[in-house]
Amino acid sequence: MTRPARSAVLALAVLATASVLTSARAVEPDEMLPDPALEARAREISRELRCVVCQNQSVDDSNAEVAHDIRRAVRERLVAGDSDSQVRDYMVARYGDYVLMKPPFRMRTLVLWLGAPLVLLLGALGLWWTALRRPPPTPPAPLSEAEKEKVAALLDSGASDSGAGDAPRPRDDG
Amino acid sequence: MKSNRLLYLLPLLTLAILAGFFGWSLLSGRDPASIGSPLVGRPAPRLEAPALFPGKPALTDALLRTGKPVLVNFFASWCTPCLAEHPLLERLASRDGVTIIGIAWKNKPEEARAWLERLGNPFAAVGYDLDGKMALDWGLSGVPETFLIDAKGIVRLHFRAPILEKDVNERLLPLLKAGS
Repeated sequence: MTRPARSAVLALAVLATASVLTSARAVEPDEMLPDPALEARAREISRELRCVVCQNQSVDDSNAEVAHDIRRAVRERLVAGDSDSQVRDYMVARYGDYVLMKPPFRMRTLVLWLGAPLVLLLGALGLWWTALRRPPPTPPAPLSEAEKEKVAALLDSGASDSGAGDAPRPRDDG
Repeated sequence: MKSNRLLYLLPLLTLAILAGFFGWSLLSGRDPASIGSPLVGRPAPRLEAPALFPGKPALTDALLRTGKPVLVNFFASWCTPCLAEHPLLERLASRDGVTIIGIAWKNKPEEARAWLERLGNPFAAVGYDLDGKMALDWGLSGVPETFLIDAKGIVRLHFRAPILEKDVNERLLPLLKAGS
């Protein structure tokens, strides 16, 4: 194995170990189910369930007593043959919508789900409306004869000045 | 332009609406951290627990179907708010004649027994739920929590906190007097 290949393998091994460590979460070994498929479903469900005493941690993350009990109950329901949604419904029937990490779309949560898009839409409409009402930009008025003469005079004096240094300039005291 | 001037009032109006909402939140006593309880208005969950005191009958659903309203209180000897709530439960049992069923949650039976022997036992029947399995059926989030079960076995109130004098006078006793 070449040197870069070896260090790449090493880096991968470190990453794999790290991901295994971080995925361990709060689930204790004695809680885990022997069936890996069921355990995976239990993990998936408990990631979507909110620990009811810790504001914003999932049951999968929390070390709280209740989170432990809910994890255990999730596994018991799965072993008893419940579907994922049946397990979720079981928890909602006892702890309400609060137990779901993702709030359901209901009349009560309408503002929560639609509030931000609505404000964005209103802002866009407001911008559009003001853009429509703004009069089209008018081209600047052409220079008058007097201004044209002044510009020409300035340009001329600039040309004769070049290379004159600090010498007194010719003046027209009119 | 008149409409433009009205537009300048929009931020002020937004502020007024927000201030109104915050003011209402502060004054209405609304608790944004409240979990609420989906059990209220539904039949009480199953009651099934071994008796705390040896020789007494185990707790069963029959205790909730006596034709009289009962209070179900989850407590633990390690729980300080339970200690604070305890005198109120004693008074409810002795003065107001309320039937209270106690369940020691995640508490060693001998410790729960010692706690009740030291402080007094307000419970008509008391059991224990060592691993919290039954409590999960009741949607328990911790201790103390108290449920009022009416004469028909329907949950009427669910307190997810120690009950206070105010709760007793404003919510519990009116319901009990109305013969819930």
